[in-house]
Formats: sequence, C-alpha cells, structure tokens
Amino acid sequence: MEALLAIVIGVLYASGVYMLMRRSIVKLIIGLALLAHGASLLVFTAAGLTRAVPPVIPYGEKAVTAVADPLPQALILTAIVISFGVQAFAMVLAYRAYQTVGTDDLDDMKATDT
Amino acid sequence: MNSLILRTASRFLLILLFQFSIFLLLRGHNDPGGGFVGGLVLAAALTLYAIAYDVRSMRRFLPCRAQTIIAWGLLAAAVSGIFSMFKGQPFMTGQWGHFDFLGLDLHLGTPLLFDIGVYLTVVGVVLIVIISLAEEVEDD
Amino acid sequence: MIFAVLSGFVLALLAPTLYRLSARWSGAVFSVFPAILAFYFLSHMEAVAGGAAYRVTYPWMPAMGLELSFNLDGLGLLFALAITVVGTLIITYAGSYLHGHPSLPRFYLFILMFMASMLGVVLSDNLIALFIFWELTSITSYFLIGFEHDKDTARAAALQALLVTGGGGLALMAGVLLMGQIGGTFEISALAADNAALQGHRLYPLVLALVLAGAFTKSAQVPFHFWLPSAMEAPTPVSAYLHSATMVKAGVYLLARLSPVLGGSDIWLYVVTGFGAATMLASAYQALYQTDLKKILAYSTVSVLGTLTMLIGLGDKLAIKAAMVFLMAHVLYKAALFLVAGSIDHETGTRDIRHLGGLRKTMPIICAGAGVGALSMAGLPPFFGFVGKEALYEAVTHGNLPVTVVAVLTSMLLFAVAWLAGIRPFSGAETHTPKHPHDPPWTMWLGPVFLGCLSVLFGFVPVLPESLLSAAASSVLGKEVHMHLALWHGFNALLVLSLVTFGLGALVYWQLETIKRVTEFALPAVRRGPSHWYALWLRFLNWSAVGQTRVLQNGYLRLYLATIMTVTAVLAWYTFLTYGDVAVVAMDWGDIGVHEWVVGLVALVGAIATVRAQTFLRAVMALGVVGYSVALIFVLYGAPDLAMTQFLIETLSLILFVFVFYYMPPFKRFSSRVVIARHAVIGTAVGAFFTLLVLVATSVQWHPTISTYFSENSYLMGQGRNIVNVILVDFRGFDTLGEITVLAVAGIGVYSLIRLRLGKGRGS
Repeated sequence: MEALLAIVIGVLYASGVYMLMRRSIVKLIIGLALLAHGASLLVFTAAGLTRAVPPVIPYGEKAVTAVADPLPQALILTAIVISFGVQAFAMVLAYRAYQTVGTDDLDDMKATDT
Repeated sequence: MNSLILRTASRFLLILLFQFSIFLLLRGHNDPGGGFVGGLVLAAALTLYAIAYDVRSMRRFLPCRAQTIIAWGLLAAAVSGIFSMFKGQPFMTGQWGHFDFLGLDLHLGTPLLFDIGVYLTVVGVVLIVIISLAEEVEDD
Repeated sequence: MIFAVLSGFVLALLAPTLYRLSARWSGAVFSVFPAILAFYFLSHMEAVAGGAAYRVTYPWMPAMGLELSFNLDGLGLLFALAITVVGTLIITYAGSYLHGHPSLPRFYLFILMFMASMLGVVLSDNLIALFIFWELTSITSYFLIGFEHDKDTARAAALQALLVTGGGGLALMAGVLLMGQIGGTFEISALAADNAALQGHRLYPLVLALVLAGAFTKSAQVPFHFWLPSAMEAPTPVSAYLHSATMVKAGVYLLARLSPVLGGSDIWLYVVTGFGAATMLASAYQALYQTDLKKILAYSTVSVLGTLTMLIGLGDKLAIKAAMVFLMAHVLYKAALFLVAGSIDHETGTRDIRHLGGLRKTMPIICAGAGVGALSMAGLPPFFGFVGKEALYEAVTHGNLPVTVVAVLTSMLLFAVAWLAGIRPFSGAETHTPKHPHDPPWTMWLGPVFLGCLSVLFGFVPVLPESLLSAAASSVLGKEVHMHLALWHGFNALLVLSLVTFGLGALVYWQLETIKRVTEFALPAVRRGPSHWYALWLRFLNWSAVGQTRVLQNGYLRLYLATIMTVTAVLAWYTFLTYGDVAVVAMDWGDIGVHEWVVGLVALVGAIATVRAQTFLRAVMALGVVGYSVALIFVLYGAPDLAMTQFLIETLSLILFVFVFYYMPPFKRFSSRVVIARHAVIGTAVGAFFTLLVLVATSVQWHPTISTYFSENSYLMGQGRNIVNVILVDFRGFDTLGEITVLAVAGIGVYSLIRLRLGKGRGS
C-alpha cells in the first residue's frame, strides 16, 4: 500500500503546489486544503502502516505492542483541526478582501495598500 | 433551508449528537474519541441545526457567546496543568484520583479537565466561524 | 547589588502608573530613589578604597557558562556615584523643567531605565551582561533624544544617535564574542588576569578594532563625534545626564575597564591616543563657532571625552590618575553648566549666546552656579577643574611633545569656550529676550549650586576625593596606587604651563572674531566631513533598500511561491540525488487489496479533478472526495480517532467552502498556457520528490521509533488506554494547549474580520 499512497501523496502535493500558484484567491485556498491532506498522509505513511489495529490498550492489559503508531496519529489529529482553523481564516480573509477590493485576482490586490 | 424533514430530523439529531459528543469526550481516554472529536460532533450537530432553521434559532441553545466558550475552554485546559504545580511537579503532570459519587467509583484526573478544555475550544471555534459567516450572509 | 541595579528597571516600569496616582509625590519618589542608591554605594566606599572589590554572582544561563556577575571596584564606584548623584539632581531638575509636559511619565520611565542600564554597564563583570546594558543605554538614549517626537529634527537626531551608537554596539558585540571565544570566559576580571593569551592571539588587532569601534561611537570620538551635538535636540536634563555626565562616558569607561585586558600594546597606545588627541583638539576648535549654548557645551564635552580617551591610551600611572581626576572634574562642572543652559533657555526662551547678556542681575543664583562651573572648566584655581588640568599636564609632559602641544592648545581653546558658555550670558548689558528672566525654582538651581559647591570644596580640599580616585585608578591599572592631590604644587614648570594657557585662552576669547575668521578654512573639513558621509551612507542604504524591495517584494504572490517552490525542489532533488540511496526504494504492488486500490485511486482522481474543475462547486466537491478518501485511509490503517476527526472536519470545511465561495466570482482563466505549463512543472517536481521521500522513508528506518515509550507507558503513567488521546492530553499536553490556542486565535481572527468593518461604522 505504501507504493500507492506514495503516489497519492505526490499527486496531492503537486496539485496543491500548482493550485497555490493560481491567480484566483479561491484556488489558492483550495491548494492549501490539498497540501494539508498531502501532509497528513505523508506523516501517516512515513511512520509505517499497520492494518486495522488501533493504538488502544485492551482492557485487562497494561501495555500493547504491534499496534498502529500512535505518535503520528496524535500529530495529525491536531494538524487536521488546525488546518481547519487556518482554512476558515483564509476563506474569510479572501471573502473580505473580495468585498473590499472587488476582485479575486491576486495580481489586482498587490497594489491595494498604496 | 426550508425542509420539514431536515428540520424535524435535525432537532432529534441535535439531542442525540449532543449526548454522543459527551460520550465521545468522556470515553476518549480509553477508547477512540476525545475532546477534538467530541467537540466536532457537537459543532457539526449545531451547524446542521443552523442550516435547517437559521443561526438565530441555533444560538438559543448556547448558554453564552461563542467567544466565551473559547475562553472557558482555554481556561480549563490551562488550569488543568496548574494542579501538579501545587505538588511541586512540573506544569501539566497528570493528577488522578478516585472519587466516590453516589456509590459510583469515579476515576478522574486533570487530563480529563484538559480534554474538556479542548472540547469547549473546538466547539467555540467552529461556532464562532459559522455564526460570524452566517450572520454576515443573513445581514446582507 | 543586583537589587540596586535591577530595582531601577522595576521603578521605571512602574513610573507611569505612579505618576498617574500622584504627579506631585511620584516626582519626589523618583528623585529620592537615585539618592538612596548613591548612599548605598557610598556605604561601600571604605571597603572599596581599602582595595576590596565587592562581588556578587548569580547564575544566569549556566548551560552556556553565563553568569550575571556584578563587581563593585574603584572604577565602578566612581561611575556609580556619578550616575546616582547626578541622577538625583537631574530628575529633581527635570520635574520642574518639564513641568506640565504631557509626556512627563514617559520621561521618568526612560530616564530611570537609562539610569539602571548605566549602573548595569559600570557594575557588570560579565561582558555579555555589559553588552546588553550597553545596548539598553543606546535604546533609552534614542527615546530620550527623540522625546519631543513631534519635531522632525529631534527624530532625525535620535535616529542618528541610535544608528551610530547601535552600529558601534554591533561591532562591540562581535568583539565581545571574539574575546570570550579566545579567552574562554566572559568575565572581565578573569580575562584581565590572563591577558597575554588574548594579546598574543592573531585576532587581537581585530578584537581591538571592534571594541574600539564600540567605545568610540559611544563616546563620540572623531570621526563618529557628529551625533553628540545633534543629540542636543533632547530636553536639557537629558543632555546634561546622558550626553555629558554618564552615557557618553560609557565608551571611556569601557576603554578604562578593558585596558587591563586589551591595553599596553603598541597599537593600543597609538590608536587610542591618536583618536583621543584628534578628537579633543578638533571639537574644542569647533566649539568656538557655535552660538547655541548647548552645542557649545556639547562640543566641549566631546573634547573632554577625547582628552580622557587620550589619557587612557597613554595608559601609564600618571595618565590614568589624571584621567580619573579629569573625569570627576568634568562631571562636576559640565553637568552644572548644562543645567544652567537649561535654566537660561527655560527662563529667557533662547539659548543663542548672541542674544544673551547681563543675566547676572536677573538670575543671580544661576549666575553663581554658572560662574563656578565655567571657572572650573577653564581650569582656574581654586576649583577642582584646576586640579584636573594640573594632573593632565603632569601626565602629558611625562609623555611626549605632540601630546603636550595638543593638550595645551585644547585647554587654551576650552578656556575661551568656558568663558563663552558660562560667563558671557551673565556679563555685559542686559539684552531683550523672548521671556523675562528670573531665578527658577529651587529644584532647578539645586543642581548647579550643589555641583558648584563640590567643585569648590574638592578644589580647596582635594584630599576628600583622593581615596575614591586612587581606588578607581588602581582598578584600571590593576595594581595599588595612591595619589596625592593638591591645589598648590609649588612654583614649577606645570604652573608656568597653566599660566601660559590662561594667557593664550584669554587672548583667544578677546580676539575671538579675528581668530574665527582666520581659521575658518579648516572648519568644513572637520565639521562637514563625517556627518556628510553619514548622510550619504544613509541615502545609499535607503536607496538600496527601496531597490531590492522593488525587485524581491514585487507583490506577485505566485512569483514568491514559484521561487520558493523551485528552490525547494531543486535543493531537495540535488541533495537526494547526491547523498540519497535510491536503491533502497522498493515499489511493492503486491500487498494492496482491492478496496485499498479503490480508495487510493478515488483520492487520486479527486485531486486531479480538483485541479481541473471549471467551477468552484466542482472543485469543492472534488476536494471533499479527496478528504473523505483520506479519512477512509485512516480507517483502513488503524486510526479511528483520525478518521472520525477527518470526516467531521471535512464536512464542516465543505459547508464553509460553500458558504463563503457562494459569494465569490466564478473561476476565470487568468494565466497563459506557458505559465500554466511552468507551474505544472514546478508542481510535478515537488510532488515527485515527496513520492520518493515517502518511498525512502517507508523502506528504511534510521532511528528506533520513540512510539514504543508511549505504548508502554500510556496506561501505567497516563492512566489511559487510548494511546493517541493520552499523548494529546497528557504526554504532549503542552503542545495541544498551544494548538488549541492557535485554533482560538484563528476563530477570533475570523470573527474580527467579519465584524470589524473599519470605516463603515457598522458592527454589532
């Protein structure tokens, strides 16, 4: 599965980077979202995959081995939530900028502070 | 949105999902779940309700403004770390204890309080975004 | 002693609040505070004079070998007393001088902070701490010079002072770090004990140049002297305190303090003496041409700083003794004269000596203070300035002839300057001034009178400061010395030299206009030169900053991103191809189940569809497909927590996207095919690198995983069975706290963006 996921991650990064460089501010934010997905999967896959054994210690035992790696999961969990916060902020910023400037073209926004 | 089925469903779903979110929050330490997921479930339920009716009706369910929920959440999370300092341990060392509550043996600790803080913060942040945007839209 | 230094900072921070509580009483508190410190330092006098240095250390960053160590020896005590005694007088004075000024609390804040920093400079034994306090004095000086910040000239002068002294500060920092590197310690006392290692090192000339750059900029030595006269834009108490009595002497202090470490070599002798001599003569000469009372005093201050530098450069026993005596004499008379100048300005409304005259009748007390100050500055007996000048002459005549000539010429010029600044405004006929002068309140004449009394007292009884000055000279020289000061040395060569100086000085004053006319040709060279270079340099910096900003910050976001991404891709690929081991990469397609193929391919198709979507709704839908596929991957590989979170977040994101982008315009095609192709190449390069990265990372394990620790201790220490949750709320709870704080900030940010509509006057 690593091989397939590696390609998925590559495509996610490629499309994310490509979208970041569009002139439309909406596409830029979509690019951010794609990058966030790519990054989550990158951390998840790079740490090694284990099929279907969640990192939960069964009742009656003190510790487990041979479960999915819990550490990247903890990292990704907060990353997902934070990327939501960042995206929400970016979206509202774009919305507000569009309202104020009257365009979603980033090239037209570059001179608005002068 | 004006859909009778959605409206009726969302009302029941709200109650159910609220209970489910608390369930996820409380069991999160031992089973899949936790403050993040629990908070998101409640926020999603409230959002659904806001879509079915409108944001004003949804806000009736909130005891206070969304900002205040965030503030309480952060406060709870930060305060949970302080208890250990009274014992001379570093900030945020988990403290656990057994409490007898109406004959139930409760196993409670500061990480739970921390998770409640996470829960409240997540709920507050999602709501503040939804409410701000929706009211902006409704105003225009 | 740490308390003595640091309490000033605390009081400074409280100053605005205290002032608001009671404007009247807070002023008194601020004035009394330095006086208390002065008594504290005086109480150590006896021990210090006996040769015992009082030392306190406090571990600061033990991991880096840094200690906050304070050392009260003779030199430190001399400066500490100057700082606190003059500080008391200045703050008392300023209360009246700036009475009713709206920014008075700010003044107290900065002047107290300055005082504490200055004490830190002169008491620190650690070079790093010394440097930090040193920079703090530069910064507070910046704020104090620019105190009248609505004036262009004040802002320009403040910036100039900051740039010059700050630039020197950077050099000093480099020098300090080099010294620490070479000597293995930052403690000055330890470095002084083993100065041979430092002086024999091949980097010694560089260290010396850097340290001297710091000291010379701070103490306004030629060619950096121009900032000090400009700094006269500051309120007069500030000029009296920072730019005469204390801060500008920090450079001299540093030279004195480090002369056991760096001094004694030939370069030291020639460079320090040379710059000092050039400064003393050039600025005494320029002082003659000034008409602004404060500028006259400023140039004469620069001249004295040059004298002190020169004496420290000479570095023998007589020179160091003379430096200490001269320094004390200067503090006493120059601070007094500055305060007099401030009072004149305050009472008459002008500082231009051409419009001043006959003030002896209207301002008798100030006149007395000014007279004593001027006579002491002129080096006339029986004032302490005379003792200082005698010591100077004794030192230079034991040196060499050029230095002697410079010293005599400078003293001659300063004699005339003293007359110009301290006597002329009070003599002659009364002139018409913008305001009708009379003696100011006692708070404003206390300073000149008190300092004047000391000038007279020490002049008549030079035994009084002897022990302090001996101790100071001992700590500079590194060995016990005793000095014997006297007003009357008998009729000898030095006295003749003094008499000649007085005669010449009187002649200069008498024939001032003629001399000014005759020597005017030299003025442009000394006056215009350095400040002109400074202006040119500043213009060049601005020009190049504007130029490179225009190129680098061109405002096209996609160009920044394209640049960053290209550079990243090139560097990453280069590193990988050069050092990486492609052989470890194994593409194993055999272990993929059918359902996994489906999930993976759906994610792929979703990503591509997102890029190719022609409407925002399709793009958002495709993005949702990607998000849910990611969630499914989490389900398949044992991450239920992640899967739940991802599902919920994805749903909420979709709702938000639709909410917001419903109001955005439809997609348009902005870019040309060439641009699209270029961006596609960049994107592909980045994406392909990450594919490879994942393949390598999953094939090789370089380090043992640390997750085992969490798996083993989650229940035992964290008392939880869900390891992910235990990591989040317990093991790495501090991280999570930070993360929910970021989340909260994002939420508040959204709220503010929506609700705060600047200029539209709408809000809820």
